[in-house]
Parts: sequence; C-alpha cells; structure tokens
Amino acid sequence: MPALCRSCLTRFESGSRCPACRSPRVVAHPELFSLGIAHMDCDAFYASVEKREDPSLVDKPLIIGGGRRGVVSTACYIARIRGVRSAMPMFQALKLCPDAVVLKPRMSLYVEVSRQIRAMMEEMTPSIEPLSLDEAFLDMRGTERLHGQPPAVMLARLVKRMRDELGVTGSIGLSHNKFLAKIASDLEKPHGFSVIGAAETQDFLRDKPVRMIWGVGQATQDSLDRAGIRSFADLRRWDRRDLHARFGSMGDRLWHLSRGEDHRRVSRDAPMKSISNETTFFEDTGDADILDGHLWRLSEKVAGRAKAKGLAGRVVVLKLKRADFSLISRRLALRDATQLADRIYRTTRSLFDQVEGRGPYRLIGVGITELCPEDQAERYGDLLDPQAAQRGKAERAADAIRARFGDEAIRKGRALR
Amino acid sequence: MKISIERGALLKAVSQAQSVVERRNTIPILANVLIEAEGDKVQFRATDLDIEVVDKAPAQVERAGATTVSAVTLHEIVRKLPDGALVTLTDDGTVGRLTVEAGRSNFNLATLPREDFPVMASSEYAANFTAKAGVLRRLFDKSKFAISTEETRYYLNGVYMHVADSEEGRVLRCVATDGHRLARIDAELPAGAEEMPGVIVPRKTVGELRKLLDEDDMDIAVSVSETKVRFATPDIVLTSKVIDGTFPDYTRVIPQGNSKRLEVDAAEFAKAVDRVATVSSERSRAVKMSLDEDRLILSVNAPDSGAAEEELAVAYGDERLEIGFNAKYLLEIASQVDRENAVFMFNSSGDPTLMREGNDTSAVYVVMPMRV
Repeated sequence: MPALCRSCLTRFESGSRCPACRSPRVVAHPELFSLGIAHMDCDAFYASVEKREDPSLVDKPLIIGGGRRGVVSTACYIARIRGVRSAMPMFQALKLCPDAVVLKPRMSLYVEVSRQIRAMMEEMTPSIEPLSLDEAFLDMRGTERLHGQPPAVMLARLVKRMRDELGVTGSIGLSHNKFLAKIASDLEKPHGFSVIGAAETQDFLRDKPVRMIWGVGQATQDSLDRAGIRSFADLRRWDRRDLHARFGSMGDRLWHLSRGEDHRRVSRDAPMKSISNETTFFEDTGDADILDGHLWRLSEKVAGRAKAKGLAGRVVVLKLKRADFSLISRRLALRDATQLADRIYRTTRSLFDQVEGRGPYRLIGVGITELCPEDQAERYGDLLDPQAAQRGKAERAADAIRARFGDEAIRKGRALR
Repeated sequence: MKISIERGALLKAVSQAQSVVERRNTIPILANVLIEAEGDKVQFRATDLDIEVVDKAPAQVERAGATTVSAVTLHEIVRKLPDGALVTLTDDGTVGRLTVEAGRSNFNLATLPREDFPVMASSEYAANFTAKAGVLRRLFDKSKFAISTEETRYYLNGVYMHVADSEEGRVLRCVATDGHRLARIDAELPAGAEEMPGVIVPRKTVGELRKLLDEDDMDIAVSVSETKVRFATPDIVLTSKVIDGTFPDYTRVIPQGNSKRLEVDAAEFAKAVDRVATVSSERSRAVKMSLDEDRLILSVNAPDSGAAEEELAVAYGDERLEIGFNAKYLLEIASQVDRENAVFMFNSSGDPTLMREGNDTSAVYVVMPMRV
C-alpha cells in the first residue's frame, strides 16, 4: 500500500515506520497518491498563535475569548481535555478549567499568520477556498506534473512548513470531494492526516451520524430526527423524490451526500450570503437606551462592511438572545435593498419595538442578507419619509469625512449610548 | 335543528363564511360556521375575531335550532353537490353530529356547541349612512393595490376611509399607500356620513367587502365607529375591527407643484410598459421613461438579460426628462384608468410623480420614481 512519511516526506510501499527516518508519523492508503481534494484545518489556531508568541503558555490551558461574559472562541488542546469547547460561555469554561489563562483575541495577529499560510498554499494550487482564517479547501488535482509530486506529498509538506516556519499545526483531510475532505480533516485532530478513498466511501459513511454533514444545524437535525434519519444508512433508504418533497433543495443534497457525492467546486470566491455583527453584553440588559446604542453601533458596523464590499441587503435581520439563551430572530424584507446604517438601524429598531417582552437580553445582533450589488440599492425614495434621502446623503458625507480623517473624526451622538 | 335549503343559496352563504375563517388557527371553534335556523330563515355566521360575516338565506325550517360545523368542510361538500339539489341539514342536538343529506349523498360532520362560538360584541356607531355598491366598489377597487404588506408599518395595511375637504367640497375619501405609491379616491359624501370618524379598513376586510359590491345599484348600509366598521346588504352583514393606528398625513405627500405634463393613452402605455419590461430583471423591473417633444421612449437595460425600447406618440411640451419607475407600479396605476387618457405630472427624476385620469381629480395616484 502506498505510504508517506509525514516527517521527512519519504514515499515507500509498506510498514508502520518510515524506512528512512524511522518516524512513526506515517500515512498509508491505497488511493493516497491519486486523491486531490483536500481540506486543511489549523489546530486550535488562535491558541497556537498565542502560545507561539509567549512560550511560557505552552504547557498551560489557554482560552481565547472575549471578556468576562463572552464566549470561548478557541481553546487549546490542554483546555479541551478538560471539556472546554468553542462557543461555550466563558463562565462555564472557567468552571471546567479554573486555572486556564484567558486571552482576548488579537485578530490582526491571526490575520497576519493566516496570510502567511495562505501564501504557502498559493504556491501549491490556484484553487483555494478559504472558509475562515484557519481553514481552507484546496483543489490539488492536476498539479502533480507541476510539482513533480502527488498532492499528498505537497500537503504533508505544507503542514510541515507551517509548523517549522510559523509554529502552528494543522490537520489535513484528503479525499475525492469537499464534503469528505472536510470530514476527513476532523478525524485525527490535532496534527492529523486522514484519507477517505473512493472505494471505501460507502462503508465509511454507513454508520456515521448525519449531523456530520457540514451545514446540518440543530433545525435540520431536528427535522431529520423526526423523519427517523440518524445515520447515513437511514438516509440511503430514502427515495430521492421523497427526500426532495420533505426537505426541499436540502433533500437533493442529502441524497447525493448519503452516497458520498458532492459536486461542488473548490472556488475562491464563494459568494457572501449575509453580513452580520453581534455583541454579547457584560451583563444582561433590558435597558432600551443601552440596547438602542448597540443597535446603532452594530448597524454602522454592518453598513461599513457592506459598503467596503460594494454590497447591499434586501433583508434586515435582528437577533436577540434572552438570559435563558433562547433565541429571538426577526427579519424584514425591504422592497429596496440597502447598505445604509440609517435604514438598517431604523428597520431593526422597528423590529425590536415589536418584540414581545422587554428582555433582559444577553446578546444582540444585526445583519443584512439576500445580498446584491450596491448599484441595485437605495433606488427608491420613501413617500412617507421624505427626510430619508437627506439622512442618506448625510451618512455618505460622514463616510467621506471618516475616510479622510479617521474613524473617530465624526460620530452620531446615538453611538455614545 | 332541521332545515332544507336549495344548494345554490347554501353555497353562496357558506362560501362567504369559509373565506372569513382563518385557514391556520389554533382555536378549533374559529374554523366553524355557526348555523342558526328560525322562522323561514337560516343564518350563517363566521369570524376570525377581527371580521365577522353573517349571511341570511331563505330555508324551510322544520325544527329551529343552532349548531357549529367546520366551514371549510361544509363548503367543500356543498360545492361538490349537483346544481339544484335540495340539501337537508339535521342536528338532533345530542350526538354532536350534523347530518348533511342531498339526494343519495349523506354526510356526518362533527359539531361544536353553539355556546362556544364567539359573537362579536355589538357597538355604538358614530355614523350610519347608505352608499351605492358601485360607489364603494370604485373607492376600494382603485385604492387597494397600494395597500402595504409591511407588518412593521401596520397602520398602512389597510385603506384609510374618511371625510375630507377637496376642491369639490366635502367628500368621502379612501387612501392607501405603501410608501412607494399612493392612491387617493374621492366620492360624493353620502348624507349622514359627515360625522364619520376616519378609519383604516384592513386589507382582508376590503377583500371580503368586495363580494358584497357586485350589483351597482344595491344600497349598502355603512356604519362606522372609532373601532369598528359595518357594511350591510339585506342578506349579508360584514362587521370588522379597524386597524388601531394613525394613518400618516398623506396630504403633504401629494405633489402640488409638478409642472411637466404628459398625456398618454393609458391602454397603449400599459401595453408598451409590459412589453419592454419583459427583459427587465425579475427583482427591479426598472423601466426608464425618456420624454421629449411629443415623444416618449420607454426603455429597459438589464445587463444580465438584455435591452428593450419602444417609442410612443404622446402629448408632452415641456423640457426633456428622463425618469425611472418600477414597471409593476406603472402598470398598476395605468390599469386604474378606464375612461380618458392618463395624465402624468412630473417634477424631476427624483421627485414623486402624480397621475390622474384626464382632469379628474377625484382619483389621484402618486408614484415614487426609482434610480435607473
């Protein structure tokens, strides 16, 4: 069976140790040198970067997350052993792991490291689809002639370089499509290299739970449960038409995925679907003034990102989380897409005013979705709000001032609430 | 209760009832129609708690009584019965079943006790007047297209019916707007309507009311209070709550100083707009109007799908103007014009445009342009 040493990149035929360097870090698979779609996922990325920056943290449990009431953004593997997970509320994480060092995320640092990793990947293939700062799909098919090495070798080299040159580790999943590559990268974390070949796909999936599918959230999971679908084997028993009737377009996708088929391409610019920002409060609050201030600042952030990308949204979304973690989500379809903070704010404000009960809330979020290019936005005036056009112009003028004199040059009083 | 009723009369009464009944509701009795038989009449009553409709039909009442039964099921059954059939409804009041018999067909429907059926509280009306069905039909038909569906501005989810001062004196006026277009329709003020409070008649009520207004010369008794409105024919009484909100001051929305005047055959115009809009993108439906000396060019330029252009001979004598509109809005207001030419009054490409029929100011439409 073709095998590869991940330490010295020697290729050989069999054995559990590398014949050249005696390293046990070996990956062997019948299809190892013929597969070309990969998923690279850094291991506890933010925490690894911080540990690299401050070596005294290397053997301590480390949690990266926002403030006293924030949530865990990343936990290092020492903290994970104690049960800390990402997206867990910080107080809960500290209960499990009281001696953890907690650091606030330093995004600009992570962006920098991410860019360096990205540059390494760029040397390997033009088909890269970053999913976030620390993970990406790579389509390596057709690069063997270029590199003189099959994809598996180049991928092993990538993680080796990441560790040697940048001090972060990553796990590789190698398969014949994105869906399986993503599953594979998660099989052997941290610092893993897993392969799912075409021949074994069906057997591999059979008893796996369907929640493994990327994009199956709690809601889909619940409706799958109700249909009695837990494993891929359950899913395969369903007729394609029935799946479609029950789950719509998701049903079609499930039908293919249950057979290990995924025809999505690795594409560099997966279109953005929505832009949103949210804040978790230090203390739960139902204070209308405080919440109003957050609504405005979040609207400004969302609008700023939309303007930077030349996008606008046709639907405005308001998200609230109550103290008991129950989620309230309200959306309003605008007849005229917008990228203006003023309209996003006014819309979320009216949605907020119609929410029953007055909190307290622990989180508030604002977003726009159903995005379109900005030239299709702000096309109508509002008969009943003739001032809107002027407020829009004022916002554009304020944007121009900030672009020239900095973000703090001009602010609305509302932003100070 | 035991009654016999002709299928046609029953179908008419029951179809009115089932359209009021809310399809998705959690209170079982609200899915039912209340049937009350007495003398030589049977009365069908349905409600969604906001609207109540009561429909009387002549019937042979063998045994007076009352019960409630699913409005949708009863309607479906009656609809499928042959024309001219005599239908017998029997409920002996003990087993909780209503028997529906017609010819050889026999149905047994579950009933709920009549005591549980919510009857809308009667109220004092501030104004009572009579209007011809044709007049009311015009008021609501020409305004309802502009009703907003946006729930955050719930006070726009209906037609604002009120008494207003116009150039012609005091009028009965209906206004609807969604912020992009507005319709303002006037009718002669009926005697007795002077004291009527302004009310916002909800969209659903407008739809139900329309079914009462088919015969032009029928007298409709209208009663209005701050919270309710009632429309009645000899056989049907429609009572509805009104939207609890303040309709915005629409008078400042209607442009007064627009001076550029376009006159065009409304039907020709609508057809041309419809044709060029074929290539516009599904979402925006943007149509550009380019006006020059007696000439109107309608054009669409959609980068993704294509371009279209059409020229119309029109009456226009002002300076050149280019202005864009949503094709759907143009079609909707053009289709309100039925007797004379459509007259558009423009100001600039960014200002609201006014449209009316000839020089008739009793029906005025305002539409917001869009950037193209």
